[in-house]
Amino acid sequence: MIKPQIAQKISSVLLWTITLLVVSSMLFIIVYTVLHGWRSLNMHFVFGSTITGGLMAPILGTLYLILLTLLFIFPLGVGTAIYLSEYAPENKFTKFTKFALKSLAGIPSIIYGLFGVAFFVVFIGHTCILAGALTMACLSLPYMVTSAEEALIGVPKTWREASYALGATKWETTWKIVIPAALPGIMTGVILCAGRVVAETAPLLATVGFSPFNPVSPLDGARTLALELFYLATEAPSTGGITRQDLITQAMGVAIILFIIIILMNMSVRWIGKKYSNEQYKIGR
Amino acid sequence: MSKKNIEITVRCLLFLCSIISLMILVGIGYFLFKNGFSAFIENGLGNFIFGKTWNISKNVYGVYPLILGSLFVTTGSIIVSAPIGISVAIFMTDIATSDIKKIIGPCIELMAGIPSIVFGLVGMIFLVPLIRENFSPPGYSLIAAIIVLIVMTMPTIITLSEDSLRSVPRQYKEASYALGATKWQTVWNVTLPAAKSGIIGAVILGMGRAIGEAMAVYMVIGNAFKIPNSLFDPSRTLTSNIVGQIEEAALNSQHMHALFACGIILLIFVFLFNGISFKMRKVV
Repeated sequence: MIKPQIAQKISSVLLWTITLLVVSSMLFIIVYTVLHGWRSLNMHFVFGSTITGGLMAPILGTLYLILLTLLFIFPLGVGTAIYLSEYAPENKFTKFTKFALKSLAGIPSIIYGLFGVAFFVVFIGHTCILAGALTMACLSLPYMVTSAEEALIGVPKTWREASYALGATKWETTWKIVIPAALPGIMTGVILCAGRVVAETAPLLATVGFSPFNPVSPLDGARTLALELFYLATEAPSTGGITRQDLITQAMGVAIILFIIIILMNMSVRWIGKKYSNEQYKIGR
Repeated sequence: MSKKNIEITVRCLLFLCSIISLMILVGIGYFLFKNGFSAFIENGLGNFIFGKTWNISKNVYGVYPLILGSLFVTTGSIIVSAPIGISVAIFMTDIATSDIKKIIGPCIELMAGIPSIVFGLVGMIFLVPLIRENFSPPGYSLIAAIIVLIVMTMPTIITLSEDSLRSVPRQYKEASYALGATKWQTVWNVTLPAAKSGIIGAVILGMGRAIGEAMAVYMVIGNAFKIPNSLFDPSRTLTSNIVGQIEEAALNSQHMHALFACGIILLIFVFLFNGISFKMRKVV
């Protein structure tokens, strides 16, 4: 039998070690990527036309895809959240909707890819940004709903009651009181979903097409940064003068850009969270 | 429009919005089965699930090695990531001061946000050569996929275990301290047992994540269609099989049907894991 005090020391040291190991493994991934990729990051590579080996088409494609996806899920997601938090009666249907959202959040992204191929691509007739955006909309809808719902539920009940007392209808209260108060939380959801569009690859593999030209219409094919990374990393060099090592360096360069985007998004979510809770504090007390 | 009419219109519109998510779920089920079910019939259910050939030119499809591959990487990664993840969760709830939490918390958040494709890339460029040179060729192997998945499932397990550890009532711990127990004795004898079902739920959700991960696994596992003999053999999972062939398969071909059938089997596993996890964490 070990003395409890010694067990305490041992466990403490062990937990410290394990945590530091986990954190350093993550730092390692970032440092490794940066060390191997920074050489490829120059103006020509990042902002050059894709036909001459730049990233212009993937960058535009990613932005296009984010905008189109948000166009679908913003009204749908916020609408669902408003329904669930303000209007939904406590019945089987509501329960089932909530269950459906939780199930959707757990479905692997590659399944969404299959769904996108079988439904959106077949329906539209070919792979394009629109098909990709619709697929991504299905994938990210549950995240949009959950964050918007949380934000709406967080609005104090007394505010709603004050509005009713002034004679406002339910919708007037929701529109003029609840939604403005929940807006920061809803914005968090928007950023979260944009982050998913940036990060996901599997649902886009066979839905978004793969065109080296800058996308113009939603029916054009496109690539995203993550997809570009995938192809750079897995495909053999096609033209002379470019070695596989060059492609890997470029892939790492794209990974750095993805890191920067993800870190910026995480920071803005944190910033919104901080600002929001401070404001709540001021008005609430 | 009168106020009452607006009220009714809005209610109807919002209701319609909330139906969409149901429709997506039903739609995914419908299209998966519509395209995948015929693979069970074309090959015979038993032959499809226990078959050991995947021959596109002869249109013979069996997924036994894929199911095994998926289960191997899932169990292999979770065996390691569960104890590590739970340890970090204990560290975050019971040992870390708020300053340390402020550093490690965002790190774990960032880890959850790293695109899976980047894990795959680093695995492919760093891990695979490491395994090839120090252990056994070709490097693209089961163990590479397991290691990548260990890192990828970590954030899920850490955050959810942390949640359930935090939800253990304070009084439990205080009662234990009052009896003269050390911090570790309290964690081991009081907090962990009280949070047990939530932690198991977190681990099983991690398994759901692991079995569904496609891109990163595809990039490091080697994608050889065979039952691996050792951890250093290349292998293939249900997900990596879909990733590798979804672009080349023609719509409505038997090949595509077989890929959708892989999706169905994958979805059954995922729903099983997530269902158990929801029950354990009392989510639904």
